[in-house]
Amino acid sequence: MSDTATITASPQGKKRRSWTFTIGAAIVGLHLLIGLMTLIWTPFDPAAMSGGRLEGASLTHLAGTDRLGRDLFSLIMIGSRIALTVGCGAIVIGGLIGITIGLLAAFASRTLDDILAAGLDILIAFPTLLLAMLIVAASDGASLETAIVAIGVANSAIVARLTRILTKRVLSMDYITAARISGTSWIGVVWIHILPNIWPTLLVNLALQFGLAVIAEASLSYLGLGAPPPNASWGRLLQEAQATVYSAPLGAIAPGIALVSLVIGINLLADGLRDLADPTRRSRR
Amino acid sequence: MASRKPIDPHLALGKSIICVIRLAVRFLRAAFPRKVPVILSYLFRRLVILLISIVIAAAVLFLLLRLLPGDPANALVSVGADPEQIEAARRQVGSDLPLSEQFFRFVSSLARFDLGASFVSHTPVLPEIGKRLAITLPLTLMAFVLAIAIALPLGIIAAVKSNRWYGSLISVVSQLGIAVPVFWIGILLVTVFAVNLRLFPSGGFPPRGWQRPEAAFDSLVLPVITIAIVMSASLIRYVRSATQDVLGSDYLRTARALGASFTEALVRHGIRNASVPVISILGIELASTLLGAVVVERVFSLPGLGSMLLLGIEQRDYPNVQGVLFVSTLLVLLVGFFADLAQRLIDPRLRDRSGGAAR
Repeated sequence: MSDTATITASPQGKKRRSWTFTIGAAIVGLHLLIGLMTLIWTPFDPAAMSGGRLEGASLTHLAGTDRLGRDLFSLIMIGSRIALTVGCGAIVIGGLIGITIGLLAAFASRTLDDILAAGLDILIAFPTLLLAMLIVAASDGASLETAIVAIGVANSAIVARLTRILTKRVLSMDYITAARISGTSWIGVVWIHILPNIWPTLLVNLALQFGLAVIAEASLSYLGLGAPPPNASWGRLLQEAQATVYSAPLGAIAPGIALVSLVIGINLLADGLRDLADPTRRSRR
Repeated sequence: MASRKPIDPHLALGKSIICVIRLAVRFLRAAFPRKVPVILSYLFRRLVILLISIVIAAAVLFLLLRLLPGDPANALVSVGADPEQIEAARRQVGSDLPLSEQFFRFVSSLARFDLGASFVSHTPVLPEIGKRLAITLPLTLMAFVLAIAIALPLGIIAAVKSNRWYGSLISVVSQLGIAVPVFWIGILLVTVFAVNLRLFPSGGFPPRGWQRPEAAFDSLVLPVITIAIVMSASLIRYVRSATQDVLGSDYLRTARALGASFTEALVRHGIRNASVPVISILGIELASTLLGAVVVERVFSLPGLGSMLLLGIEQRDYPNVQGVLFVSTLLVLLVGFFADLAQRLIDPRLRDRSGGAAR
């Protein structure tokens, strides 16, 4: 973002496509496709006993069966949908709350800003998971919705801090003073100058938060605080498989691979977005 | 920029405290001209901030737990209890009192280091926390030290040798590492080292605890490695980017121009500069590991602070939840305090600026 970097950037930098973006988009797209497909079709009924207990991988049961004889591959496919739902919901909630608070803090008087900043720092020092655990504990019984809200609220502190810092940087620019002198309202300044200037960085951060939200959801359901049984979350699949890891190690591995592949896909996507939003970064490496 | 706004009454207390601090600092400066180092006045200021944050954290914690739907007394009564029983339980717990009265009780018992007794097991909370900290603290600290030992050299190598294959390999692996949830690493380690190789126990903690150090240590090996892997993956990225910033700096080029070798310049000027941002990340990582140990403790069924919290949440055991959260908040704030202090010791430029919320 610095001026010198912009000058030294090679003109070819912009033409180059980001391969991380392509690969990341492909992986996330695949998960999205699978997730959407489970709404209509899965290889086996995820609730039915379609095979023997704890079968290994075979052509009929690609990832084997769990201790109740349910097809693991179907359950893992549904896990994609759950993970993406929670991720999207958490990002929307976290983004809306975070950006609003961040903008408010940046515009507020110095004392209020200091207090908001200190409060955000304290919130950020607490891991997402703990905040989410508290919120889940507060609501009566864990559900998909409480997991979404909990992770979203926990993420909003990080988004808020970033928004505040970015906004303050833009606010110190001369063109903001110029805009104010020429009669633009503060809302106009936010809309015309601040949001367009901060969204590339924010978008990259939100994408990274998405990956963290997927991990947080899996951790919550691993702890038994996530979506309850009909929803096959990867975290719960792993938790159930841990007890039978002696006889059926595949059950403790396959959901994890699905989970890690989605998060890596999202992180690659975020990396690619960063490269696309700021082409100078690539040449600086 | 904006016109001055009227002072918020809620901030009046905070402001007056800050004023008193400033006056005290000014007085100290006047009384001992040039004898009070800036670091001491900073230490003083930061200590006051620490105390204020502890009070605020206690208040927030209290409100958060009281505002939760569901009465704490629910933990005491069975499902089909009649109103009289519920009323008796509420009286026993104290949740029939007005909120201000409850808060006063909470604060005064905190001041006596009394965190109450569990609703379920009726054991006092504080000794129980102490017992569990004896597992969580060594677990966290060992993992922290191991993670630093892994991440510092690898992060620096990844930055300095970013054009070599091993430099990029480190970056790629650390990139993969942050995508892996900590409990899955734990499960995989259990599968390999406990189930297949039978080198370490797959979980649990010896009932006699640290009285048999070898057994206790053995049961912490896999959890420590699990946390260290996840922690170092994210640390490597910070160390790498901090080192990269230093590598591109003018002062390093100047040092090289003045005849210092690359290693010499990096060690003398680079590491100190790079460590400032890394330390604040270290503080956050340590704090989040202290609290985030809950998942790892679950994987290895360790009776630590995290599992106490989880159990408390499941049983709606308010004193336990409140106690664990308060003690861990205290630890988090302390870690932040020491991280800030360490940063000021390393970088004198930061000392003049006030720390955190004071200004």
